[in-house]
Amino acid sequence: MILSQKITSYPGHEITPEDVKAGKYLDLVYKFEPKYSWAAGVAISRFLAELKEGRIIARKCMNCERILVPPRMYCEQCFRPTDEWVEIKDTGTINTYSISHVGTDARRLKTPILVAVVDLDGATPGMGILHNLGEVEPSKIKVGMKVKAVWKSSSERQGAITDIRYFRPIGEE
Amino acid sequence: MPLRIGIVGVGYSGFDSMTPGLSTRELMFEAATRAYEDAGVDPRKDVQSFVCCTEDFWEGISITDEYMPDQLGAVLKPLCTISSDGIVGLATACMHIMSGIADVVVVESHSKISDVVNPDEISSFALDPIYDHHVSADPRFVAGLEMARYLKETATKREYCAQVAVKNKKNALLNPRGVHGANLDKKAVLNSKVASSPLTELESSKTIDGGIVFVLASAQKAKKLGNHTVWINGIGWSSDTPWLEDRDMARAVYAEQSAARAYKMAGVRNPATYFDLAEVDDTYSYKELQSLEALKLATKGKAGKMVESGTFDRDGRLPVNASGGSLGVGHLLEATGLHRVLEAVLQLRGQAGRLQIQRAKKAVVQSWRGIPTATGAVAVLGN
Amino acid sequence: MKNRVAIVGAGMTLFRRRMLESPKELSFEATRMALDSAGLELKDIQSVVSGSAPDAFDGMHMKGEYLLDGMGGIGKPNQRVYVGGGTGVFTPIGGFWNVASGMYDTCLCVAEEKMSPLHPHPQYAFWSIFDQILERPLGTTLLWIFSLEMRRYMHKYGIKEEEIASVAVKNKGNAVDHPCAQLGAKITVDDVMNSEPICWPVKRLDVSPPSDGAAAVVLATEKVAKKLTDQPVWLDGVGWTLDSTHWTNRDLAYPEYVEKAAWMAYKMAGIKKPRKEIDIAEVYDPFDYKELHHMEGLQLAGKGEAAKMAVDGVTQRDGDLPVCPSGGLLGVGNPIAAAGMMKICEVFWQLRGEAGKRQVKKDARTGLAQAWGDLMQVGTVAVMRS
Ligand SMILES: [Zn+2]
Repeated sequence: MILSQKITSYPGHEITPEDVKAGKYLDLVYKFEPKYSWAAGVAISRFLAELKEGRIIARKCMNCERILVPPRMYCEQCFRPTDEWVEIKDTGTINTYSISHVGTDARRLKTPILVAVVDLDGATPGMGILHNLGEVEPSKIKVGMKVKAVWKSSSERQGAITDIRYFRPIGEE
Repeated sequence: MPLRIGIVGVGYSGFDSMTPGLSTRELMFEAATRAYEDAGVDPRKDVQSFVCCTEDFWEGISITDEYMPDQLGAVLKPLCTISSDGIVGLATACMHIMSGIADVVVVESHSKISDVVNPDEISSFALDPIYDHHVSADPRFVAGLEMARYLKETATKREYCAQVAVKNKKNALLNPRGVHGANLDKKAVLNSKVASSPLTELESSKTIDGGIVFVLASAQKAKKLGNHTVWINGIGWSSDTPWLEDRDMARAVYAEQSAARAYKMAGVRNPATYFDLAEVDDTYSYKELQSLEALKLATKGKAGKMVESGTFDRDGRLPVNASGGSLGVGHLLEATGLHRVLEAVLQLRGQAGRLQIQRAKKAVVQSWRGIPTATGAVAVLGN
Repeated sequence: MKNRVAIVGAGMTLFRRRMLESPKELSFEATRMALDSAGLELKDIQSVVSGSAPDAFDGMHMKGEYLLDGMGGIGKPNQRVYVGGGTGVFTPIGGFWNVASGMYDTCLCVAEEKMSPLHPHPQYAFWSIFDQILERPLGTTLLWIFSLEMRRYMHKYGIKEEEIASVAVKNKGNAVDHPCAQLGAKITVDDVMNSEPICWPVKRLDVSPPSDGAAAVVLATEKVAKKLTDQPVWLDGVGWTLDSTHWTNRDLAYPEYVEKAAWMAYKMAGIKKPRKEIDIAEVYDPFDYKELHHMEGLQLAGKGEAAKMAVDGVTQRDGDLPVCPSGGLLGVGNPIAAAGMMKICEVFWQLRGEAGKRQVKKDARTGLAQAWGDLMQVGTVAVMRS
């Protein structure tokens, strides 16, 4: 095999899993733990405060009349400040979903995580957020299914996206 | 023929030790809004390219450009990250304009260092992981090594370095952005806590938050955009070896190379007499001396003496860091170069307020990416 | 434009899960090969553009500075350009503006990635691409956005998993003829369908493997190029675009950012009918459905119609529009930035007619390489001509 007619050899040496096991090569192990305390900003601070109260808040741009969630203080389409806070519903529609068998570090999970983009009612159509699904058989999930947020109790809520445990399907009401 | 790219708009936000009320994105939106107003452009219609200068670990995000477009008005437009100092971002914008990719380019950089809990540890992880990272000291040990070598080779008096800090912190008292302005004497500087010998704490710049946005335009386009264009006439950037052990620690070789390219482009033959104003790297006191020599604004080994004698004071022959520099204003990570260009632009426009240097027409600005790099950039500006 | 830009040399290393060479050494090997193939030495190079994706892989801050000497950057103007997964194709785009602007006559463009240092798995680096406040607490993995996008794409156009799997079969098959390939193999659609689900609908064989490797090209002005070679390949059009950060607010079924980037490049290259004028395409294929999705964004297939082209064999090496004749990321491997650059190298070799067993059947005069990156967000496109 050749890369090109002019290049017939190619550099590089593979280390196989057996090499690693046999300790054939030296390596250097260290942990790098950058730490941050992020300023959430005007829009997301309010969003989190509302989650703590069991509500979902969005921002409206009066120019394009879109209701934006997650909220932001500027409209990226019009490039101008957004104008007002709008409370939207905690129900929505599954835009798309997936059944995840692996965790953050690619390790296999015992129980798969169900994830979805949920387009929220009361926001401009197509405005979704990422969240988990629950109380549903994986095989029963459908794009277009109506869902509703299942909240933690008010004493458990701390102003985080996880104040919503997950979204669960609701029948056509 | 010299380069001729117009800086037609500038905007900034922050310039504070902390900006807890705003997210990075909101901080950028403020700066961008001001820059677009200053230039008279609508980013959704008039701008063809956006360049952001950031490093992932300063942001705490892998692939930082993900979080850049919305607040700059850049959605569905060409935007990219240049992982370098803001002046390299300006160079990128110049090349976009020169190659016909764009007429109007936006360059952005910011520091949100107040979001970072362990900045020294992050800096340490820029050291070679096998050869150098085991030196578990404050990363400024590299500055200590350089400073010691510089003092030895040039026989510069130790107190001349302290005078740099005295001068710049004093200048910053006149600057509304001057977070670290102070009226000190050399003794106070020399007696402050040792950071990494011989360098002291008051000779080390302190990081602050801020966002800076520039709007650049082709010569033709710039004529139609406002009446306060400042021109980039030459620009250069360069890197010395990444191996600490291989460098000439006494010299800022990257600045020598950057300056040579920028001067050639701008047709500068005698830099020592050409400029009315210089903003040079002063991340640490001795860096200003090294940089002045690399830029040929001072004879080799004589920069300290010239600082001491007042040559580079606000009312001296060549005001250097009249803004207060990084020692007086604060250090803005990769936005540091843009900050210094901003100060020079305001001077050349005659909008520097109490900082104004009379009859300032030509300026040179130089930046360094900080420890442990040997990378820097130089821009030659004129009005 | 001031200067027409030519590619005059290319090189790459082996792509493997774990390589002995350090990031600097990998960069050096690819760079040396590119210089040799151009008949140049480092002293002939005026500027350097480097590309490498997240620093998190290496656990290193300012990776561009560290890599510099391996990439031939000492004492030279060096820019590290960075748009996530789009970086590989963006690296020569950075070189393009270095040369097209008239700033430099020659520019070395090097892309390197070493994903293996990160433990327990390179995937972990991708956790920190998500919004730190709204998304990371949900336990995100990069696979989520792919599987969510794939599901939406299938839903909107009624595309079947089997049709998508045919892309993996083609690319892994093509890679059998690539000497640097990590995962070349003759497999079937059933093999893909029966591979373990990782993040359904994404299955093991729908995904390209993490990898270590480097690739490089040398760019030059027309004047310099004509002195060096009778067969320069012209970099005639470049384009890139970023969409909004808010990926959950977007139409995931169609990559508008790729369309915008493509038209920027096509306009520059004077291409009006891409499907007719492009002879071969190295389309970004970190996942098999992504090749189809991107072909539609690139205007090489109508919306929802790329799958049929794949099933009908149009995109095979002997087809009317060969796509990923190299074997793509699915077959050759996916050391992020290096993988995008590998695509540029492949189009270079294909347009010079020297790709050996990988050479496409048709007479290829115009080629395209494309990469994608970030939060379903960035498209980078390069149009090349012989
Ligand atoms: Zn709007």
